[in-house]
Amino acid sequence: MTMGTKTRKKRLSMKDKYKYMTRLGWETTYQDMDDVFPEDTFEGIKIHDWEAWEDPFRMTMDAYWKYQGEKDKKLYAIIDAFAQNNGQKNITDARYVSALKLFLTGVSPLEYQAHRGFAHVARQFRGDGPRVACQMQAIDELRHVQTQIHTLSHYNKYFNGFSEWSHWHDRVWYLSVPKSFFDDARSAGPFEFMIAIGFSFEYVLTNLLFVPFMSGAAYNGDMATVTFGFSAQSDEARHMTLGLQAIKFMLEQDPDNVPVVQKWIDKWTWRGYKVLGLVAMMMDYMLPESPQSWKEAWELYFEENTVALFKDLERYGIKIPDCAGTVSAEKEHLSHQIWMTFYTHNAAAPFHTWLPDEKKMDWLSEKYPNTFDKYYRPVYEQWAKLEKEGKRYYSEMLPQLCQTCQIPMLYTDCENEDPMQVVHKMTTFNGERFHFCSDHCKNIFEEEPEKYVQSWLPVHQIFQGNCGGATLPDVLKWYKVEPGVDNFDYVGSQDEKMWKEWKGEA
Amino acid sequence: MALVAKADYPTIMMDSVDKFHGNQLVYIGWDRHKLINSAMAFPLPPQMPFGALIAEVMPACYKDHPEFEKVNFEDGSVVWRLNNEEFTPDFEKSLIENGVDHKSLIRFETPHLTGINGVGI
Amino acid sequence: MSKVFLALQAVEETRAIIEAIKEDNEHAVVEQQPAMTRVTAEGKLVVNAQTVSRYVGRDWDPQEIQLVLISLAGNVDEDYDHFTLYWEN
Repeated sequence: MTMGTKTRKKRLSMKDKYKYMTRLGWETTYQDMDDVFPEDTFEGIKIHDWEAWEDPFRMTMDAYWKYQGEKDKKLYAIIDAFAQNNGQKNITDARYVSALKLFLTGVSPLEYQAHRGFAHVARQFRGDGPRVACQMQAIDELRHVQTQIHTLSHYNKYFNGFSEWSHWHDRVWYLSVPKSFFDDARSAGPFEFMIAIGFSFEYVLTNLLFVPFMSGAAYNGDMATVTFGFSAQSDEARHMTLGLQAIKFMLEQDPDNVPVVQKWIDKWTWRGYKVLGLVAMMMDYMLPESPQSWKEAWELYFEENTVALFKDLERYGIKIPDCAGTVSAEKEHLSHQIWMTFYTHNAAAPFHTWLPDEKKMDWLSEKYPNTFDKYYRPVYEQWAKLEKEGKRYYSEMLPQLCQTCQIPMLYTDCENEDPMQVVHKMTTFNGERFHFCSDHCKNIFEEEPEKYVQSWLPVHQIFQGNCGGATLPDVLKWYKVEPGVDNFDYVGSQDEKMWKEWKGEA
Repeated sequence: MALVAKADYPTIMMDSVDKFHGNQLVYIGWDRHKLINSAMAFPLPPQMPFGALIAEVMPACYKDHPEFEKVNFEDGSVVWRLNNEEFTPDFEKSLIENGVDHKSLIRFETPHLTGINGVGI
Repeated sequence: MSKVFLALQAVEETRAIIEAIKEDNEHAVVEQQPAMTRVTAEGKLVVNAQTVSRYVGRDWDPQEIQLVLISLAGNVDEDYDHFTLYWEN
């Protein structure tokens, strides 16, 4: 007898269970509601009926603890197995480990920031529905940072470039990019935070962050990362749904909300895209076995999938973010330009870079038929000559940074078919000049200049003498980056030496 | 549109010139020579002669590009832009006398030198 | 019409879910990728708890899908007897 043929036990509908266990809010009488919830009106978002908030997953705390507990048990069992079986020796090549260094220093701290951000907004919305959903997301994000640290701690036993991730996130030049992204979101009001992170980052752009790292891990024998990735992703589906619910709720509550939300979508899709430059480089250059190119990922996850999403939002008057054209124009150049920059400045970056080999260059040729052989292969051939002469190229210069996104101003005018010309945009505020990589970053600044004049730009801070001193060794010491250990090329590194010993190639 | 905030939002100028110990920030970029990834940033004395920029600062940066040794700064073949406007520097005068103030961007273009393989890189 | 999609971890529990999806959604397209199974469908995709329970051999709760879910696209509607993805355009 099959159990499934019995009639399923009747119980309280999920809708009702959720309502009775979760929707427990009330109108305060001892204190004014505006005093209890002081942050949810200043942004100009108008909410008339908080009861209209719906959680499609209808998650109650009992279900939450049950399922999250089960996920953790499974995850930690696999991490243990990976460690016991020396899984780190089964990856394709030790170059891949630099992708994990990038992840721990650049992405994991953002999970912690997300935890703090959602914990905050979980208190600030006067509707109980979003408060509960945000509380759960806050705990999810804390779980993510913890499981990531735990998983990658195994690699820390063998490889350099992991142990100071937290210190580096707050100080090292390129990490001010992801850090400032989230600082910006967290210092915004609760509704902007929901659009910035809940919607733009966790829905529109999430697949462009997680799928590349996780399929990269799968293709390169890193079972541990695949496992935490999938474990986190199952939470992400709830996050995506929260983000989508948040935006629909705002748009349905009052037509006046539409232009505010549109502005936030435009701003945050762009800011998120800029952070994803690191992922583009990782996908195309840092994986010995590459499942997909940045161009392919953008075309699938944005141009195909996201278009469906925005068609759905059209009826509210929402349009596709205005930066979509720029991103599309840049897609065949982005990863190459970012990799070139890190290769150039690898003396100051605590993960390894290297020249792509013939196999990788042929793959890049195939994936980027319009750009790779014409512009970028000659660069690597030029640098290979220098390497052969024992003069592996390291720049001693510090780049100009964009005031808003804080990335070196390496982006070029692809939209106007001038892909070798760096874009230079400028504005003045309070008698001082500011520089930007694009009109998008410039507009973000001009909307809220008081916010972005506070950018802690690493290069400027170094020149102000706030980073340990005037020389590179001084700065690396302040960074806690060990020269000759954490930085420089993979070739000649301790990571490489150890890997070769493991493989009997020493 | 002004910043929307709950209360007064202070204006804190993180990179005002007084914070650079007598120097000012100057950025230098070579148009369509993308081998050098971006314009580079330099803390320089405002009184530095423009000529010193060409003799000392720029070679330190652009020695990394094989075409730089072919650049002739004397024969008018170089097109200069200061803060995105065309300008003609006086090599004898100081940066500040040339109008190169704090956080100025100097771009130079060499229309006859078009990078590796002539593609602008 | 826009496509919804569901990506599930390629583990034991997923096999039953996929079989149920195939049975109840003729228009669904299933694709195997490293460590995951992707299902796409035009407009709507329904996972029926009754069908999955039959394949898995016990009472299966749609909320269990969270244990194997990787990603999705579409609006979500869920109750004790189903998990549905849909677009409204």
